[in-house]
Amino acid sequence: MPTDEGTIETLANQEYKWGFVTDIEADALPKGLNEDIVRAISKRKNEPEFMTQWRLKAYRHWLTMTEPKWPNVKYPKIDFQDVIYYSAPKAKKQLKSLDEVDPELLRTYEKLGVPLEEQKIFAGVAVDAVFDSVSVATTFKAKLAEMGVIFCSFSEAVQEHPELISKYLGSVVPYSDNFYATLNSAVFSDGSFCYVPKGVRCPMELSTYFRINAKNTGQFERTLIIADEGAYVSYLEGCTAPMRDENQLHAAVVELVALKGAQIKYSTVQNWYPGDKEGKGGIYNFVTKRGKCMDSARISWTQVETGSAITWKYPSVILQGDNSIGEFYSVALTNHMQQADTGTKMIHIGKNTRSTVVSKGISAGKGQNTYRGLIKILKNATNARNYTQCDSLLLGDKCGAHTFPYIEVRNTSSKAEHEASTSKIGEDQLFYCKQRGISLEDAVNMIINGFCKEVFRELPMEFAVEAQKLLGVSLEGSVG
Amino acid sequence: MALVEIKNLEAAVGGKPILKGIDLTINPGEVHAIMGPNGSGKSTLSSVLAGRETYTVTGGSVLFDGKDLLDLSPEERACEGLFMAFQYPVEIPGVTTSYFLKAAVNAIRKHHGQDELDAMDFLKMVKEKMALLEMDKTFLNRSVNEGFSGGEKKRNEIFQMAVLNPKFAILDETDSGLDIDALKIVANGVNALRSPERAILVVTHYQRLLDYIVPDFVHVLCDGRIVKSGGKELALELEKRGYAWLETAAA
Ligand SMILES: Nc1ncnc2c1ncn2[C@@H]1O[C@H](COP(=O)(O)OP(=O)(O)OP(=O)(O)O)[C@@H](O)[C@H]1O
Ligand SMILES: [Mg+2]
Repeated sequence: MPTDEGTIETLANQEYKWGFVTDIEADALPKGLNEDIVRAISKRKNEPEFMTQWRLKAYRHWLTMTEPKWPNVKYPKIDFQDVIYYSAPKAKKQLKSLDEVDPELLRTYEKLGVPLEEQKIFAGVAVDAVFDSVSVATTFKAKLAEMGVIFCSFSEAVQEHPELISKYLGSVVPYSDNFYATLNSAVFSDGSFCYVPKGVRCPMELSTYFRINAKNTGQFERTLIIADEGAYVSYLEGCTAPMRDENQLHAAVVELVALKGAQIKYSTVQNWYPGDKEGKGGIYNFVTKRGKCMDSARISWTQVETGSAITWKYPSVILQGDNSIGEFYSVALTNHMQQADTGTKMIHIGKNTRSTVVSKGISAGKGQNTYRGLIKILKNATNARNYTQCDSLLLGDKCGAHTFPYIEVRNTSSKAEHEASTSKIGEDQLFYCKQRGISLEDAVNMIINGFCKEVFRELPMEFAVEAQKLLGVSLEGSVG
Repeated sequence: MALVEIKNLEAAVGGKPILKGIDLTINPGEVHAIMGPNGSGKSTLSSVLAGRETYTVTGGSVLFDGKDLLDLSPEERACEGLFMAFQYPVEIPGVTTSYFLKAAVNAIRKHHGQDELDAMDFLKMVKEKMALLEMDKTFLNRSVNEGFSGGEKKRNEIFQMAVLNPKFAILDETDSGLDIDALKIVANGVNALRSPERAILVVTHYQRLLDYIVPDFVHVLCDGRIVKSGGKELALELEKRGYAWLETAAA
C-alpha cells in the first residue's frame, strides 16, 4: 500500500486543487442568495462558462418557484436568505481524541460495529490513519481507471470531463424540475461522478471509497452516474453511522443514466441525525433522485432510511426505452418525532416496460411514515406491467402510517397491481419468541428484519448486515 | 425434589379471576395430563407458568427446579428449561424456522455460559430432530409457521421442543387439528422425549392423545380449580361420563 510521504503530499495537494479548503475569500461569502453569489460559487470552482450559465438559469427559475406544500410533513419555515451558500463543504471542527466525542454517539458506533478508525472519521477526530484509508481509495481508483471507469468528485469531472457533464447534467433532472432540485442546480457544491464505458462491468461495488468520502458531504450535493451501453455498475451511498451536520437543510440531486442494455443498482443506507426525542436539531432531507432507462436498460433503487428529522424523497425511474425495467425497494423507519414522506415514481414510456415497487414502512414512537407512489403508464407504453407492494408495520399506537398510491394507466394492454398491508408487532409474536428464550430486543429485531427481508436481499451482502443492525439500534427502547 | 411445585396459584385477566387456587406437584420423569371443559382455565395455567404478561398472578407460588418461577421473565423461564407448545402457534413472516430456532438455541446456550453452536453443528442436530417428527427439510427455510397447515404448526411445536431440549414441557392442546397419522407421529415424538429428567404437562380434551402418550397422572380443571386427580383411568372415565358430575362437585 503506498503510504510514503510522496503519496501523502499528492493527496494533500489534491484536496487543495479541488477546493476543499482553498480560498479564504470563499469563507467570506455572505449569507443569502443572489446572482452574484451564484457567479461567485461557479468562479471559485473555476467552472467553464456553460456551467455558470446553467447555474444562473436555474437560479432565475428558482425565483419564480414556491416551496412545495403537499408533502405530509411539518416543519418551521426555512428562510433561504439566511443560509450560507458556500462553495466548499465546511471543514468540521477537529477534536483531539475520541474522549472528546459525545459518549452516546460512541455507544451507537460500537453497537453498529463501526471500526475504530472510521469512528474517528465520522466523529470528526483528527487521525493519521486517514491516510491509510485514502490510499486504499487511490489504489481502488487506479484499478477502475484501467477499465476506463471514471469515478471522481463532481468538481473534478467538471474540470476533466466537461463534455460528459454538459451532455448529461440535467438530462434526467432538469434545472427547472422542482423547488429543491432547482435550488441545488444553482448552488450545488460538490458530489460524485461516475461513468462506466460501453460493455464494461464495473468490477466492484463503489462503496468503500464513498464511505470514506462521505464524511464531508455538503449541503447541496450533486451526483451523476452514467452507464454506457451494456455497462453495469452497483453504487452504494451513505453509511450506517449516524452523521451529524451543522447544516439542517440538505437538498441533494442524483441523476442516473442507463443507456441501452445498461444496468445501474443504486443502494442507499441513510442515517442522518434525526434530532433528539423531541425532534430538535434533526436534518431536513429533501432529495431528488431520478434515473432514465433507454432500451432494455434497468435501474434499481434500494434504500434503507432511518435518519433525518424529515425525509422527503422519491427515487424515480423514467422507463423511456422499450423493454426497460425500473425497481424500487425501500425500508423507511421513523421513530420519536421523525417524519418521512417517501415513495417512488415509475414513468412507463416505452413498450413492454416493467416496474416493481416494494415499500416497507416502520413507524415507532410518534413517527409518521407516508408512502407516496406514482405509477404512470403512457399511451404508447403497450404491455407495460407494474407491481407495487406497500407494507406498514406499527410499533405502539402513537405512530402513524399513510399510503397515497396514484396510478394512471393510459392504454388497455398494460396492468398495474397494488397490494398494501398494515400490521402491528403483536404481543403474541413477541411472547412466542420470548417463550423460546429470545430476548425482547432480539425478538423485535428479528420480526422487523423478517418484515424487511424482500428489501434487504436486494442490498449487497455487507450493506444488508449493517442495515439490519441499524434498524435494531434505531428502534432501541421503543418496544416493551 | 419436585421439578414443579405449584401452590394455591391464583391468576386473573383484566380483573377477572380465572385460576382460583391451583395445587400441583410434578416430579422429574412424570407425565401429567390436564383435562377440563372449555374456558376452565387450562390455557391460562399454561400461560401463567410460561410468564405471559396479560395474566396477573394474584396469589400463590410456583417453584421450578428450586427457583421462584414467578420471579423470572418469560425468556429466563425458557432459558431455565421451561417450554410451552402453543395451542395457537404464531406466524412470524420473513423469519425462517432455521434462523428462529438458531436464535433460540443460542440464547439458551448463552444463558448457561456455553458458546454459540456453529452453523454446521446446528444443522446436524436439527436434522436429527426433524427425522424424529418426520418433517420435510424444506420447513427450515420457510417462515416460522407462515402458511403452515394447522397440523404442521403443531408438529413444528414439538419439533422445537425436541431441539430446545427442555426440563419441563407444557403441551397445550397439541392434538387439536391433527389427523390420526400426524397424531401418531407427534405422540411418538413426545414419547421419544420422555426421560427420567424431564417432566411433561399435557393439556387435552381427548382420550385419543392419551392412548399414545400415556400419562402418569390425570387432573381435571373446572372453573379455575383442580377438582379431581387420578391415574390414567380417570381420563377414560371422563370420556364416558363427561365433566358435568365433577362440575357440580366443584360448585
Ligand atoms: N386475554 C384474555 N382476556 C379476557 N379473557 C380471557 C383472556 N384469556 C382467557 N380469558 C378467559 O379466561 C377463561 C379461561 O380461558 P382459557 O383459555 O384458560 O380456557 P381453556 O381451559 O384453555 O379453554 P379451551 O379448552 O377452550 O382451550 C375463559 O373464560 C376466557 O374467556
Ligand atoms: Mg385452551
